[in-house]
Amino acid sequence: MIEAVSKSTIIGLKEVDFAWHAKANLTIKSGNLCVEEHEHVFIRGASGSGKSTLLNIIGGIVTPQRGQVEIVGQDFCQLKELQRDRLRADHIGFIFQQFNLIPYLSILENVTLPCRFSKLRRANAIERSGSVVEEAVYLLSRLYSKGRCSFHLTTSELSVGQQQRVAAARALIGQPQLIIADEPTSSLDYDAREAFMDLLFDEIKLSGSTLLYVSHDPTHQHLFNRVVDISAINPQQETDL
Amino acid sequence: MNLRSLASKSLKNRRSTAILTIVSIAVSVVLLLGVEKVRVNAKSSFANTISGTDLIVGARSGSIQLLLYSVFRIGSATNNITWESYQDIAQQKGVKWTIPISLGDSHRGFRVMGTSRDYFSVYQYGEKRRLKFSSGTQFEAVFDAVIGSEVANALNYAIGDQVIISHGTGSTSFAQHKDKPFVISGVLEHTGTPVDRTIHVSLAGIEAMHVNWQGAVKKRKASKALTEANLQPESITAFLVGLDSKVVSFKMQRYINEYSSEPLLAIFPGIALHELWSLMSVAEKALLIISLFVVLASLTGMLAVSLAGLNERRREVAILRSVGASHWHIMGLLITETVLLTISGILLGLILLYSGIWLAQPIIEKNYGLFIPITAPNIRELGMVCMLLAASFIVGLVPAYRAYRNSLADGMSIRS
Repeated sequence: MIEAVSKSTIIGLKEVDFAWHAKANLTIKSGNLCVEEHEHVFIRGASGSGKSTLLNIIGGIVTPQRGQVEIVGQDFCQLKELQRDRLRADHIGFIFQQFNLIPYLSILENVTLPCRFSKLRRANAIERSGSVVEEAVYLLSRLYSKGRCSFHLTTSELSVGQQQRVAAARALIGQPQLIIADEPTSSLDYDAREAFMDLLFDEIKLSGSTLLYVSHDPTHQHLFNRVVDISAINPQQETDL
Repeated sequence: MNLRSLASKSLKNRRSTAILTIVSIAVSVVLLLGVEKVRVNAKSSFANTISGTDLIVGARSGSIQLLLYSVFRIGSATNNITWESYQDIAQQKGVKWTIPISLGDSHRGFRVMGTSRDYFSVYQYGEKRRLKFSSGTQFEAVFDAVIGSEVANALNYAIGDQVIISHGTGSTSFAQHKDKPFVISGVLEHTGTPVDRTIHVSLAGIEAMHVNWQGAVKKRKASKALTEANLQPESITAFLVGLDSKVVSFKMQRYINEYSSEPLLAIFPGIALHELWSLMSVAEKALLIISLFVVLASLTGMLAVSLAGLNERRREVAILRSVGASHWHIMGLLITETVLLTISGILLGLILLYSGIWLAQPIIEKNYGLFIPITAPNIRELGMVCMLLAASFIVGLVPAYRAYRNSLADGMSIRS
């Protein structure tokens, strides 16, 4: 049932139609996207253009009404919901715009959260650093080069910029194949934004993950291998705009 | 994946509402189990009031009335039994022992009961327990009295103290047998039955008190020497019967009920006790229903708190979904939370209940004659606790399902 379509294709969307409700208009119509392994892809689009929906489809949270979704070589539409959840846990790390972290968990607990849901990422973390916590400390100390922060603090005590670093560490832990960032710098000021992008790219290059970066702001698009406009993925947007 | 630690951390984050929820559940547990404990112990202490007696015989009235006045010293008899009938029945074949009971007088609110000396050796309560003296002995002289433990405690009486008995059963009486005070010869050990609240005197003592009295009025006439021989009563209020064998009890009951010289009634104490208890079952059920409603209220409170917090937690759910949590994890998290709250509530409730019993035990025993032992929860109580847990699980399904619906609609980012 689960077949490897192509080894090097990380994301493959073909003719995807999706609507949030049965009666609602299609949010994505005839969506197509192909991302190869190790690629760093920038997806540009205004808000309301279906970016978040696209990420939900790639994350296997929702399934499209029509079309094919292939993530890390597996056909999502053929998988059961729990298998999609596991695939997401194992292979995808997410960084969101803001409010990324669970307020009642400490920095370390937030970073190690994906390893609670994924055996694969837990195993990867242990293989690299000996334990999940050590891996988290390693990632955090790289992201906090000045090491000013106690990792046992709760996340509510952090600035937004620091929170984004914790979110990045959480996405990177256990070396998932695909990192998806959804407007990760939009709530940061200029300096913090630049610092964060540098750190993110360093880490992505180090781990060899594929990066899918979604933003309406073209400032950083020069850092990427490829820039795709959302209208190329979701042609419907052209008619709307 | 440890849902429990996530759930408990999440609850810790919402400490104040969590604590209030736990307290409300604890209160409902205290009430539910407390009512149950009181009910069970009241019932068993009730059923243990008298044992080893096969029949209770009195003038013909109702079986519950007879039980109430002869055993519980509540109310009074409509008529007496003549001494002759008593003697006749006592001498029937198959009758092992009889204890006469003569009621109608009191001392400072406590009933006075005239009886024979056999009472102290034959009367049984609880699991075939006999009366024991904590000090002194049974009555020997005509004006000796033996008091129950509660009488001794309440009135601070000891051996040798004088007791003036009042005519009638009110706590204050204007007709007092001042001319013939009784002297306490013995104090009985605590039994947890109406015996504790009774002053026992001999039948001769009851007769002697009323010599020179016409009805409730004292006559101005010098008394002659009062000895047991010339103090045989003309009538008694009731008597207890012990039979040689249970087999003859129905036959004996019919014989007494059809007794030709005067209308009598014989009852089986066990059956009458059961009838009396079933009269109280309405109150018993009402108590249970009230405590069930308190449980319902606390569960509803928990549900309300949980649902109210759900909207604020949509982002938390979305984050958990993004790091790989399935819908089952999300539902599990919310159900685990309600179950954790309930377990904490139950534990707190048990602590409160047992410390409450420990503190209130002597007070309840003193004031209501009801001893509530500190015992581990019985099967029924455990069943109640399990049902509460199951109910909290079901209540937890509601926010869990709502969170599931929300996360379906939200995906990994809140869509408003």
